[in-house]
Amino acid sequence: MLAKRIIPCLDVKDGRTVKGINFVNLRDAGDPVELGKAYSEQGADELVFLDIAATHEGRKTFTDMVSRVAADISIPFTVGGGIHELSDVARLLEAGADKVSLNSAALRNPQLVNEIAAHFGSQVCVAAIDARCDADGWYCYVNGGRIRVERTLFDWAREVADRGAGEILFTSMDHDGVKQGFPNEALARLSDELSIPVIASGGAGAREHFADAFRLGHADAALAASVFHFGEIKIPELKRYLHNEGISVRL
Amino acid sequence: MNVVVVRYNAGNICSVINALRRIGVEPLVTDDAAALAAADCVIFPGQGEAANTMAYLRESGLGEVIRGLKQPVLGICIGQQLLCAHSEEGDTPCLSVFESPVLRFPATCAEGRVKIPQIGWNTIENLRTPLFDGLKEGDFVYFVHSFYVPDCAAAIARTTYGGVTYASALRRGNFYTTQFHPEKSGDVGLRILHNFIHLCHD
Repeated sequence: MLAKRIIPCLDVKDGRTVKGINFVNLRDAGDPVELGKAYSEQGADELVFLDIAATHEGRKTFTDMVSRVAADISIPFTVGGGIHELSDVARLLEAGADKVSLNSAALRNPQLVNEIAAHFGSQVCVAAIDARCDADGWYCYVNGGRIRVERTLFDWAREVADRGAGEILFTSMDHDGVKQGFPNEALARLSDELSIPVIASGGAGAREHFADAFRLGHADAALAASVFHFGEIKIPELKRYLHNEGISVRL
Repeated sequence: MNVVVVRYNAGNICSVINALRRIGVEPLVTDDAAALAAADCVIFPGQGEAANTMAYLRESGLGEVIRGLKQPVLGICIGQQLLCAHSEEGDTPCLSVFESPVLRFPATCAEGRVKIPQIGWNTIENLRTPLFDGLKEGDFVYFVHSFYVPDCAAAIARTTYGGVTYASALRRGNFYTTQFHPEKSGDVGLRILHNFIHLCHD
């Protein structure tokens, strides 16, 4: 039976992880490769690395990091940040990434999703969507959540799926960082309307929230950052809990 | 140990190279017929679309070279599908090392809508052949695919998705294939690659 995936997300700037990370027995907790290995050994099903550097030099460092991750870790990993055109995707795949995640770039240039799917296959293209539940419904936001785009979450998700995205990574700005759980109603609607997998992102504060995202939100995978980085939730214990709850996970 | 990875127009073979290096094997990546014939074993990996990759294999003559190999061959993902008789993807005649067809997952099953592609970790069962030495029934491996090979006599592992129990690995003579990606399946996958390389010594 296909397992629900647990995915830690690491923000990387100039080749270093950004947030303070509370791991024991790591030589260098700021090194994304060391951390990626630690997560892999703990049973993470996949890893996401987001490049938050904005400079050309930072991009190059990030690509080098992708090569080092690829050499050391044999589980799938996705990279995002700074992807504007097909050549950015080619550079990261050549370095060894398995998938790329597109956010604002897809909303600005939707054709890029078609191009990536046609050149590299749908499985390479993860469409990341930041959305907020405004008074008039769920709307998409770009530029790190600063600018509202006049596209509803559900409408845009269907469009990127039709254009060839292989997965949707949905972050609710209302839930992200609040640690009160995932937006399960919106997740369930997305998951039920789309024929591609949906990854829930942002909002996890307790292990029950993951169970809810899978059971109520019908999510195929759940992504989190700080609860894992700070050791508030440990992946082996989380997976054991989900297994005991009757949810299929890879143990 | 002379391990060759086939170079052709399918995407992302670098993860196979990385995984082989992690088990201490430095592969030769080539499309040269003489080098393929001289290899101790051959890995035919890749992600891609059946019609395009098959057209390339026919035009370049590489398909016939692969069909004729006598040493152990491991086809991975699209590599497995291309070794079958025919793929529903683009209505494509393939290399026919295996008689099986390659079908698209059904859009719906008893549990409702089927998400396509299947992406993620799923279990392998009914394991046969030394390719799976050291593995347990129900071990998880990583899949990314929209098309599958129906269960058949050549199946050496089975997996269930979308209401279908299908052949997730095949064997016929010196040809072994996996629908999943051993190079992305953590320690379980590295063990499978190790086992395959070991077959070449026997």
